[in-house]
Amino acid sequence: MEEILAGLAHALRLIFSGDPALYEIIWLTLQVTGVALGLAILLGVPCGAALGLYRVRTRGLITVLLYTGMGLPPVVVGLFVYLILSRSGPLGTLSWLFTPYAMIVAQVIIAFPLTAGLTMTAVQGVDPALRLQARALGATGAQEVWTILTEARIGVVAAIVAAFGGIISEVGAVMLVGGNIEGKTRVLTTAIVLNTRTGDFDLAIALGLILLAIAFIINGGMLFLQRNALE
Amino acid sequence: MKHFTLAFILTFAALIMAGCATATPTALPPTVAPQPTVAPQPTQAPASACALRLATTTSTADSGLLDAILPDFEKKFNCQVDVVAVGTGQALEIGSKGDADVVLVHARKSEDKFVADGHARERFDVMYNDFIVVGPKDDPAQILGMTSSADAFKQIATKQASFASRGDKSGTNSKELSIWASAGITPTKEMAWYNALGQGMGETLLTSNEKGMYTLTDRGTYLAMRDKLPNLVIILGGNSLDENKDKALLNPYGVMAVNPDKHPGVQYEMAMNFVNWLVSPDIQKMIGTFGVDKFGQPLFYPNAKP
Repeated sequence: MEEILAGLAHALRLIFSGDPALYEIIWLTLQVTGVALGLAILLGVPCGAALGLYRVRTRGLITVLLYTGMGLPPVVVGLFVYLILSRSGPLGTLSWLFTPYAMIVAQVIIAFPLTAGLTMTAVQGVDPALRLQARALGATGAQEVWTILTEARIGVVAAIVAAFGGIISEVGAVMLVGGNIEGKTRVLTTAIVLNTRTGDFDLAIALGLILLAIAFIINGGMLFLQRNALE
Repeated sequence: MKHFTLAFILTFAALIMAGCATATPTALPPTVAPQPTVAPQPTQAPASACALRLATTTSTADSGLLDAILPDFEKKFNCQVDVVAVGTGQALEIGSKGDADVVLVHARKSEDKFVADGHARERFDVMYNDFIVVGPKDDPAQILGMTSSADAFKQIATKQASFASRGDKSGTNSKELSIWASAGITPTKEMAWYNALGQGMGETLLTSNEKGMYTLTDRGTYLAMRDKLPNLVIILGGNSLDENKDKALLNPYGVMAVNPDKHPGVQYEMAMNFVNWLVSPDIQKMIGTFGVDKFGQPLFYPNAKP
């Protein structure tokens, strides 16, 4: 109990002390997760929408693959990305291993099944009559998809929230492919692992609280957008 | 409705812009800020594109040694050192794939194999410290006072006292296994008292502290974490390296630059600069004094050949 309280106190002190190393870690966490989430949205939402809207012969298989992907252990993704990006691997010439790029690649792979799969489910839940109506009113293909997506927005935002939660809290993959290099690839989760390993529990708790606070603020923001959209 | 669309587009735009900002083709991510450990430099060198990647063991990083000595290298050679701190097994694995420029590890046999396999041209002595056996204060296996690690391990096995093994192919783990071998015992998972944790030194010490287990640790990590390990005491190895009677417990560290013939992507020249810097008299002296003010004894003893 004492340790937890000490952690809380330490967290508050850390946040307000303006420690540049801490801000660096937070900023990198936001950058990596933000870019990965952005890419996962750009790739996943259109894919999911297409799968939900159009008849694809292999939809059953793709659905199973996406759902399996949602349960993919991040550390397996990390291992896969590691071997691909290693200098001895097929994409070794990029020299991306142990850089934020590798972390982004891993996080996109983790987040994509969530954005695509849950968007697909959301789109499938939209009343088919709406689509016919849009078409009858002369909507182009893109306008039609946009209408459906807007109608399914609650589900789409849920997909984004799930993907965000999945990657900002993820540690196995980013540790493996990022290497937890101070000032370069150290994010909140890997810093928490480091401080737990060295027994600096109060610092680990502090970082954990900061991570929670960030997740709370961002999720709160998304919920706000969702609510505004409903009105 | 309109609000949603607008917000959605804005979020998208922000994310894409963030993506572009990060994806600019400059070699370094934009987060390289002055290290807090470096004394404030009035003229921060224009973000040197040079970054040397060092794969090393957790003991050199977690003990604070690297934080203490690396700024000197970074200043002298205007080259940042990216430290990837993992177990020795993984550090050598990273080196053998050409994913690091230089490795600093402690598992002599594996290091010799690394050189024999052509991943490095030569191995250089850097420093050494020693391993100790720590365990619960009440010493259930009654090994206090023993001087040979093999005898102590035999006793632990006979008494079936709980033992925590790193179980992660680290340098400490391979030393532990060689002690079991010299005690004539092959630990298996069927032995209920033997716990292969598959964790780093810090976690293994914390686990031993919680569960009252014996474990083999390097002295440096134990000293650095001692105040977090109230239930553990040094059972074998004495209070300093000089008191350690078992020479089998010496723990030498070696440094190797990854061979560019085998891995053309590595920065061999800078890696050799690093090797030569590490074995230079000044840095050797720095290594020998590191930790003395805090622990009353050095954590590492330099032994580079002049």
